[in-house]
Formats: sequence, C-alpha cells, structure tokens
Amino acid sequence: MTKITYREAVRIGLREALQRDPRVFLMGEDVGKYGGTYACSKGFLDEFGPERIRDTPLSESTFVGAGIGAALGGMRPIVEVMTVNFSLLALDQILNNAATLRHMSGGQFSVSLVVRMATGAGRQVAAQHSHSLEGWYAHIPGITVLTPATVTDARGMLLTALHEPDPVFIFEHAYLYSIEGELEEGPPAVDISRAAVRRTGKDVSLMTFGGSVWKALAAAAQLAHEGIEAEVVDLRVLRPLDTGAILASVQKTHRAVVIDEAWRTGSFAAEIAAQIMEGAFYDLDAPVARVCSEEVPIPYPKHLEDAALPQPEKIVRAVHRLLGRG
Amino acid sequence: MTYSMPREQGLQLLRHMLRIRRFEERAAELYQLGKIRGFLHLYIGEEAVAVGSIPSFTSEDAIVATYREHGHALVRGTSMGTLMAELYGKATGCASGRGGSMHFFDASRRFYGGLAIVAGGLPVAVGLALADKLQGRARVTGCYFGDGAVAEGEFHESLNLAALWKLPVLFLCENNLYAMGTALARHQSQTDIAAKAQAYALPAETVDGMDPLAVETATRHAVEFVRNGNGPYFLEYRTYRFRAHSMYDAELYRTKDEVAEWKRRDPIMTFEQTLRTARLLADTDLQNIETEIATEIEDAVAFAEASSWEPVEQLTKNVCTPKT
Ligand SMILES: Cc1ncc(C[n+]2csc(CCOP(=O)(O)OP(=O)(O)O)c2C)c(N)n1
Ligand SMILES: [Mg+2]
Repeated sequence: MTKITYREAVRIGLREALQRDPRVFLMGEDVGKYGGTYACSKGFLDEFGPERIRDTPLSESTFVGAGIGAALGGMRPIVEVMTVNFSLLALDQILNNAATLRHMSGGQFSVSLVVRMATGAGRQVAAQHSHSLEGWYAHIPGITVLTPATVTDARGMLLTALHEPDPVFIFEHAYLYSIEGELEEGPPAVDISRAAVRRTGKDVSLMTFGGSVWKALAAAAQLAHEGIEAEVVDLRVLRPLDTGAILASVQKTHRAVVIDEAWRTGSFAAEIAAQIMEGAFYDLDAPVARVCSEEVPIPYPKHLEDAALPQPEKIVRAVHRLLGRG
Repeated sequence: MTYSMPREQGLQLLRHMLRIRRFEERAAELYQLGKIRGFLHLYIGEEAVAVGSIPSFTSEDAIVATYREHGHALVRGTSMGTLMAELYGKATGCASGRGGSMHFFDASRRFYGGLAIVAGGLPVAVGLALADKLQGRARVTGCYFGDGAVAEGEFHESLNLAALWKLPVLFLCENNLYAMGTALARHQSQTDIAAKAQAYALPAETVDGMDPLAVETATRHAVEFVRNGNGPYFLEYRTYRFRAHSMYDAELYRTKDEVAEWKRRDPIMTFEQTLRTARLLADTDLQNIETEIATEIEDAVAFAEASSWEPVEQLTKNVCTPKT
C-alpha cells in the first residue's frame, strides 16, 4: 500500500481515465493552463493536449449542457465544475436535461456524463463558497451521486462512473484534497453501489459521507477511550442509497447518529433518519440523532465557522445523549 | 498623460491609489501572519479604476462590486478601520465580520457588496436601477465586474434587459485580461468587450484603466449620460492585476516578462510622474501623503486588533429579519 494525497488520487484516476478511453475528455474552468483549481489536472494540458483538456469560459450552464450534448454524441466527457457553489448556475441543465432526457425520450437517449465538483466548508471562505449541496443532488432521480471520502474511492469511483450509462455526479470535499491516505490494492475501479463500514462497533452507528467521515472517525476514536464502540458507516453513494447497509448497522447497534455538513432542515440526514424509521424502527433503543450544520449561511470567522459545522465533539455529545450519559 | 485637473483633485487621486496599495500590502502581510484567512483577492495594479470612477457617483447612487472590492469600498468612504476589522472577521467589521475580504457591505453608502459569484451582481444592479426608474429617482447604479463575467449568461441577460427597459445602470467592466488563469483570448471569441455591449444597443467605450485621469473623464461622462435618463451605459477599463488571482497561485498562465511590462505602467508610478511633470507634486507632498496613510493603516490595524470577536451565542443572528 502507498500513501498519497486525495488530490494525487483524483489525478491518478483522471489520468487513467484519459489513457484508457479516447472518448474521455476533461473540460471546465481553469482545468488546463492554470492546472486545475485544486491542482488535480496540473500538467495534463501538455500531456493530453488542448483537444482533451479543455479550458472553458465562465459559463457553467453552457459547458455542463455541452457535456450533456457531447455524451449524447458518443463522447465520455468529464466535466469539472469548479465548486458546488457555482454548479447552481448549471442546475437547469443538470435537472431539466441531464436527469430527465432518458425518461422523457422513452428510453431512447442516455446521458453518459460524469460531473466532478469540489464541495463543503471549513476553509473560511464565507457564505458563497462553503455550500454542501450534494444532498440536494441526491434528491434527483435519474442520476448517481457519489461522495468519495478515501483516496481509493477518489481514484476508483471516477473510473467506475465512466462505465455508467447515465449521469454521475462526484462530490470531492475541498478539505480532503490535502489529506493523505493509503491507496488500497486491487483493481482501480471500485464498486459504486454499496456503503462501506470504515470502523466496526456495537454500541452506536455513525452514518455519514464525504468530509464528515473523518470527523466521525475522530469521534469514534474519542468514544473508544470511554469504552463506547462506535461503528462508522461511510455511505459513499447517496443515490442510489445502500439502504441495506444502513439497516444492517442499526440492527446491530440499535442506535444511530447521522452526520451531514448540510443544514439540518430538509437535509440528506433527514432522509437517512426516515429510512431507519421505515426499516428498523423496532430495532432502535433510542431516537435517531442528527449532527448537521446550524441554520445559518457559513460565516467567515473561524470560531463561528467551526460552531456552524459538525465537529467530532458535537458527534461525541450526541452519542452521549443517546446513551443517556449527556 | 496630459494633466487637466485642479491640483487638489489630482493629489486626491494619488492619495486614494496609495491608500489602496498600502492597505492591501499590509493585508497581504497580515495574511502571512494568519490574521486574515480564506480568500484574499488583491486589487494591486488596478487602483486607477476604482479611484478614477467611484467619485463620479453621488452618495445617493448605488455601487455593486465583486470579491476584488477593497479599493472600491475605500474610495467610497467606508472607514479603513471597519474594512480591516472585516478582513480579520471581527464584530466591528463592515459586515460584522461575517463576510471577510470578499463580502464588504455598507448600507449607509449604498454599497451592495462584495459579491463573489462571478456575474452574480449584474442582475442585482439591474434591479436596483429598475427600482429607481419605477420610483422616479434620478439615481445611478454602478456595477463593477471582471472580464471573466462577460462569459456568463447573466452578463448577456442583464445588458439586454437594462437596454430594453432603459434602466439607469452603468456597467463597469474591469478587464485585467485574465479570469483566474484563463486569458481573455482563451475564453472569448470576440475579445472586444465593448463591441459585445454594443450588440445589445448600449453605448460602450473602452478606457485606459491604468490612467486615473482617463478613467475619471470617461466615468464622469457616462454617469451624467445615465443620470439624464438616457438608459444604461457600458465602460470597459483595460487594466492589469499585478499579484496572483487570490493570495497564491503558481501563475503558470502568464510570463514574468508580461507582468514586468505591465508594471512599467503602474498607475501610481506613472501618475506620480505626471503630477511631478506638471509641477504639482513635490517630495514633501508625497511624504506627507505616505505619512498620513501609514497612520491611517496603523489605526485601522489597531482597531481591528482591539475589536472583539462576535460571541458564538450569536451564531444564527441575522439569518432572518427580526419580527417586530
Ligand atoms: C459563477 C462562478 N464561477 C466560478 C467562480 C470561481 N472564480 C472566482 S474569481 C474567478 C475569475 C473571475 O475573473 P474576472 O471576472 O475576470 O475577475 P478578476 O478576478 O480578474 O477580477 C473565478 C473563475 C466564481 N466565483 N463564480
Ligand atoms: Mg479578470
């Protein structure tokens, strides 16, 4: 096993994808000459040339729409939207075209498009640059929503996604790019249908995804010192959701805390709680708890940003409450 | 540059350009020290645009700017102390610290941000102008944005609507030739930005954005045109950013020679020379200005340092307007 950064993992995945299939090309803002906003495609312009590494104008709606068209025309585009915050300008193309074309055409057309974007808060870049909207995207039928949290997933999910016939959205938490991890052995393409248990435990299930996986693991480590064994379930795929894995974990631990960096109201965490209620209500020893962001646009100062977001201590407190130790 | 302005006004232009330059140089140092975090987009090199244009607006007019707005807010008159406090994220900042560098706001000066979604301010400016028109007020809305914004749909939609409805808005494009790392010619089929505006039947002009006098003259005329009920107007200022896009980038997209070439046209250096040639600026004048500014900056930093953090208990304050 080798230790690499998440950024490097994304890079490796992208390079492999470009090398394997001549139909694959990368387009987005500053992916070429600038080297990628998060340096994920540095050097690619020289390596693969401007036909396949395409810098686009600041036109999110149009270049995502062009990705849809190129996919319809037989290519395998990887569209990079700089961050989820700017994907809002492309929401019309995503929701009204990418997600619906197959259905509206009675199954005649499939949009084999992969869209990657950075997501999440935690870097003091204030309200317009700190959104966590992958839960919104998971609301949409017709697309797959992936949230790689590990270097193995960051590299491998992209490769699997490129084999999907329908649109796949990959959310890379901006905080993760500089985090190091072990790249697991095995075929590069990874499964994208199942959740993964990142730590096993019997007392409580911590259900989460993306950047919050690491916060949940930190909380689990802290809880272990107190003799509480927390299981950490990395959902990995928000749509289609691996409900079986969620229920199996709850059936074992009888308690669940869902951690989601989005705002609590209407969050993806609410969906998980509902799934547990529907499928494992009688297995529960306590109501499902949620640790989400506070109901406030993300503030700039560190102490307020920290207070607005899920943190390991908040997760630990939620577990204490569930176990009657609060 | 031929000089054609009363001495005091010329000195004021120089003073404001230096205020911006020194403020931002200090901000960059404070960033290295960790006092300022997040994104910090410096305006260094582009000062002549804000300095030459902002004074053409009256206090009744509205300004909408981008995340590269330190200079605009300073010239508009927001105190340096509250701006520095905002960069720190302190409660005394011009946005209570909630916004930071990219989100300066000042309602008392009708300064509507500090907006960080590229081209996101244009529709808002069109709406502000619509409100003025509907209420019969002879006010102007000035809307600043970069060359990158020209690629967004909102740019085209806003110009069209403003021209169609003859709204009192002045579009001010700060063309520094790059959108992050993408050169204008690499993202526009038509690089003549004024020509694009003309396609929407808007009078449009290109101005030397490194020359505060040229900026002043063009902007004053444009504001007058809009205020007189002739509908919108478009100015493209040709300028250049001397620093990285935000605090750091590898600058793989441009050569050192190109930057050096533009630095020879540094608006502060060249304007200082113009004033000297016209015998309107002596060494002592410059020293006095620099001393004044140094004091202003020291006071601003001291104010920011001494200011308190907003208590965490107030985290969800100002999400909604309190019901009375
Ligand atoms: C809609 C949107 N897409 C992408 C970004 C990321 N971004 C921030 S600034 C910038 C470049 C904008 O260039 P320009 O408009 O020329 O302004 P400048 O930075 O040169 O002042 C980009 C791509 C953003 N803020 N908003
Ligand atoms: Mg620019």
